[in-house]
Amino acid sequence: MRDFSYFRASSVDAARQAAALPGAMLLAGGTTLIDLAKCGVAEPETLVDITHLNGLNSIEVNERGATIGALARMGHVADHADIKSRFPAVSEALWQAASAQIRNMATIGGNLMQRTRCPYFRDPGNFSACNKREPGSGCSAIGGVTRGHAVLGASDACIAMYPGDLAVALVAFDATVHLGERQIPVDDFFLLPGTTPDREHAIEPGEMITAIEIPGSSSARRSTYLKIRDRQSYEFAAASAAVGIEFEADGRTIRDLRVALGGVATKPWRARAVEAALIGKVLEPDTVRAASLLAVEGAVDHGANHYKIELVPRVVARAILKLGETA
Amino acid sequence: MTVHNIRHGDASDGAFAEAVGGRLSRVDGPAKITGAAKYAVEQQLEGLAYAVLVGSTIASGKVLAIDTKAAEAAPGMLQVLTPDTIISLRTAADWFGTPPPDKPYCPLARDITFSGQYVAAIVAETFEQAVAAAALVKVSYDETSTIVDLSDAKAGDGIPIDAMTKEWGDAQGAFASAPVRICAAYNTPREYQAPMEPHGLIARWEGDKLTVWEPSQWLDGMARTYAEWFDVPFENVRLVSPYIGGGFGSKALALSHGAVAACAAKMLSRPVRLVMTRPQTFTGYGGRAATRQTVTIGADADGKIQSIVHRSVNETSIDGMWVEPLGSVTSIMYSTPNFSSKQNVVRVNSVVPGAMRAPGENPSAFGIECAIDELAYEVGIDPLEIRLRNYAEQDPHAKKAWSTRQLREAFAAGAERFGWARRSPEPRSMRDGNQLIGWGVAAGTYPVRRAYGEAIVRILADGSVEVESSSIDMGQGTYTILAQTAAETVGVRADDVVVKLGDSRFPRAGVTGGSRLAGVMTGAVYKAASSALDQLVGLAIGDPRSPFHPLQANTLVVANGRIASPRGDGPDVSIAELLKSVGRDHIEATGDTMPENSTPEERYKNYTTIAMALPHTEGDYSRHSWCAHFIEVRVDEDFGTVRVSRVVSALDSGRLYNPKLAESQWKGGIIMGIGQALLEEGIVDRRHGRIVNDNLADYLVPTNADIPDIEVISVGIPDLHSSVLGGKGVGELAIVGVAPAIANAVFHATGKRIRDLPITLEKLI
Ligand SMILES: Cc1cc2nc3c(=O)[nH]c(=O)nc-3n(C[C@H](O)[C@H](O)[C@H](O)COP(=O)(O)OP(=O)(O)OC[C@H]3O[C@@H](n4cnc5c(N)ncnc54)[C@H](O)[C@@H]3O)c2cc1C
Ligand code: SF4
Repeated sequence: MRDFSYFRASSVDAARQAAALPGAMLLAGGTTLIDLAKCGVAEPETLVDITHLNGLNSIEVNERGATIGALARMGHVADHADIKSRFPAVSEALWQAASAQIRNMATIGGNLMQRTRCPYFRDPGNFSACNKREPGSGCSAIGGVTRGHAVLGASDACIAMYPGDLAVALVAFDATVHLGERQIPVDDFFLLPGTTPDREHAIEPGEMITAIEIPGSSSARRSTYLKIRDRQSYEFAAASAAVGIEFEADGRTIRDLRVALGGVATKPWRARAVEAALIGKVLEPDTVRAASLLAVEGAVDHGANHYKIELVPRVVARAILKLGETA
Repeated sequence: MTVHNIRHGDASDGAFAEAVGGRLSRVDGPAKITGAAKYAVEQQLEGLAYAVLVGSTIASGKVLAIDTKAAEAAPGMLQVLTPDTIISLRTAADWFGTPPPDKPYCPLARDITFSGQYVAAIVAETFEQAVAAAALVKVSYDETSTIVDLSDAKAGDGIPIDAMTKEWGDAQGAFASAPVRICAAYNTPREYQAPMEPHGLIARWEGDKLTVWEPSQWLDGMARTYAEWFDVPFENVRLVSPYIGGGFGSKALALSHGAVAACAAKMLSRPVRLVMTRPQTFTGYGGRAATRQTVTIGADADGKIQSIVHRSVNETSIDGMWVEPLGSVTSIMYSTPNFSSKQNVVRVNSVVPGAMRAPGENPSAFGIECAIDELAYEVGIDPLEIRLRNYAEQDPHAKKAWSTRQLREAFAAGAERFGWARRSPEPRSMRDGNQLIGWGVAAGTYPVRRAYGEAIVRILADGSVEVESSSIDMGQGTYTILAQTAAETVGVRADDVVVKLGDSRFPRAGVTGGSRLAGVMTGAVYKAASSALDQLVGLAIGDPRSPFHPLQANTLVVANGRIASPRGDGPDVSIAELLKSVGRDHIEATGDTMPENSTPEERYKNYTTIAMALPHTEGDYSRHSWCAHFIEVRVDEDFGTVRVSRVVSALDSGRLYNPKLAESQWKGGIIMGIGQALLEEGIVDRRHGRIVNDNLADYLVPTNADIPDIEVISVGIPDLHSSVLGGKGVGELAIVGVAPAIANAVFHATGKRIRDLPITLEKLI
């Protein structure tokens, strides 16, 4: 880690201005940023601390939806009674993320912005090739250890997986990211790697996440987040699914379905093909299992991550069927 | 040096907590949980400088050049160390004390044999400055081809280790004619000790005297190595290691990072602190070697073993030698008339592997204890029953009687508590919704290693007792059990005993490894305390100034810090009063577990090498601890995730000096075994020969959520052939057999036999 200067922002505007300067970075909970600075990936010259800004940590929930301030802590959001009742998948995604200590520190804004866990990305000392870190330098992961890499959304330039959980639930329920005046659908906020894996978000220098907004819906109310991993706790997903469902009055025919995937793609991944195949259908185990296979349409493995292609449809099917059972 | 006054433990300690065998809580616990405990590198020293190591980024080749220009200009820079600038050291003897080749030793490498090998070091005024400057060092290499691991085609068959060969009868012939035959290969990956406290030290020179504050499982052994490196007398090196934040075998030897720090301190004439980064704890010293075993068993139709043929390899480094004795459990667990075990080691581009909790026995048990389970299914009998049918009534290899072997009792007690009789034998026959349930059993064992230690026991003027020894406490409870031993032997409250450990100026002790320390040091303290007590009673009876003198008694009773006649018909005085009456300010006695009339040279060798350790089969007996694990797993049939849901283990560690501490060590071993079975694996990039999950976010060890309630049952009886007070080994035993019990349970749950650890989800879906 190299020396940096520290600036405590007094307002959102001051923060945005300061962060627009070259070498400056916003500091929220620090659980991603300090880590990356320690392994030599982030080399900020100035840290602009936003944790003392007022009014950015509120959690407001009403009929229309939820608005969560960028500085709300992961732990608070997970435990919020209205989030739990109206957006169970959001609360569950947060509860299953990281550890209690990290959830107490980390913010929602920082959470969206967390970086990939690709071990090559995180070790510049030993692996100089990484297009995400150093555009044009190559990709060390391709041909290397790929157990945790993406099977969906990858490019020749980068196969890094987006590791977060919360954003998967947000993508499922069409949340928007507030960048002050500008608002972007979460799905558009995260960019595919393509030929520019260094650009991960549709956020410009001088912009800052101020809040996220999740529209209320019946499917969000009846939702769940299923996260599969070898270790019971404190591990990123081998595969996960945020699923929400709404039935017709008969209680069996699917009126609305939301499916998004985590742990398998280069960005939080909406599985629209699965949704389309099941909306209007009666919820039956075999139908659900068959439709869930569509979740990995177009998936490409890199050897050690092949299991994800097998795993994802099973995770999706289990989550949908579980929601059906609670009818 | 560390001092612990014993305070009473919590209510669960019970009334007899303070005696040997009592459940006294860890006396060092409060200091650790309040943060008052000062670890080695937390010492505050005047003028401290900070060193940071630069590791090679290739696994094989030569350093062509080291460009230090930018680093030298960095703020706070004090010194750049490279193979060209570092002072020359002498090669030290290995841990057997084998005389070393007479050639210089350089802890920074020009010839690279593994990724992460230290090539340079930076010393600066602050830690941050040293880190920043180290990032500016540019090393260029001439890279040569790498032997990645055991599966590398270039690795070859390796070097036969004849000393590992164990054979009797005609194993091949008996196998060929056996009606039931099984043969399978079992693999374990590189595993790492992953202690919470990374390795590191502070080194300070005063003239030709060196003080090293360093977490250490072996003060005297490490002090010897430093002394030999720097060619100073052993007495000139002082090692201080008050607390150790986990060692698991990895902190017993002085390593190259220590040499670098001590060199830097000498060259700068300033104390230097050096702490490994977390990634360096995966390359700076060896974890458990990766192993491959083939186990072949021939048996009768009723499951009686006729032959075991065992072939194995473990990896070692290009220029170091590590032999992980893979036939150690294979050769003693079951009775067989015909046996053959042979082992090779294979050189790969890795740091030399090292000791990790139950080296040898742990992977060995994984092979044989899975294989016997496979045999049970092959012949169609219960996995517990087949173990009893092949029970070894004596050591099949040494052909000697067991000193004690409560393994049958362990099987019985564990099976009873676990409810084994209710097991439905068919694989995939027990389930709960999507969860397939499996029950597995496996046995474990660890030899009783015996070595030497000495201690001083002092009875002080105020009646309190002081114990000193250069042995250490890395959490296993040495402070506590030595206080209990001294308290019981002298006849004082444990409250009144102060134990001082972790300073090489104290009376010496051999390595804390191989689960030997408790047996050795309770013996030494017992002897020292007994002779201190004899002196005390001798004074009380014989000194004309003593109030007991007129009694003409031939013995007195000391209890609770007071002295009285056995029938209570004379005076009753405190130890302090007695010492005052006879004009003494203290009584002091030394005790050791050495053979009588040992020479000073023999003593030195005993404490600073492992050359003189007594074999566990010395004399008429074969001495081992034993255990049986009964484990339930739940495997999600769609996801392949394995969760351990129940563990009952019955263990024979002989007499327990403190059951509470023994139970927590057993549980710790079982937890580590769960990690080994399901999570732990050093993953190597085959192109770079480098471990990529070299941090605790990616190298997974179990969390609390992975661990169910663990029930441990002691079935041991005092074993006086094993130690002075009757205990056998505790620390390593319990991890042995956990991984096979889990693998066997996974087979029972799913019908899939996973023979490669760890059992991760992709192996089951
Ligand atoms: C060991 C470990 C395990 C983890 N496991 C999981 C897991 O299982 N699931 C999961 O989802 N996450 C996991 N995480 C990631 C964790 O959730 C993130 O580190 C955390 O949410 C980041 O939040 P922060 O406030 O600490 O961000 P910081 O570290 O402060 O910032 C992260 C990044 O976001 C930028 N930033 C911060 N706030 C804003 C803002 N308002 N607008 C624009 N940019 C901003 C910063 O400049 C920085 O680049 C894990 C992290 C660790 C270290
Ligand atoms: S996968 Fe992406 S992040 Fe990982 S090394 Fe390749 S380019 Fe870098």
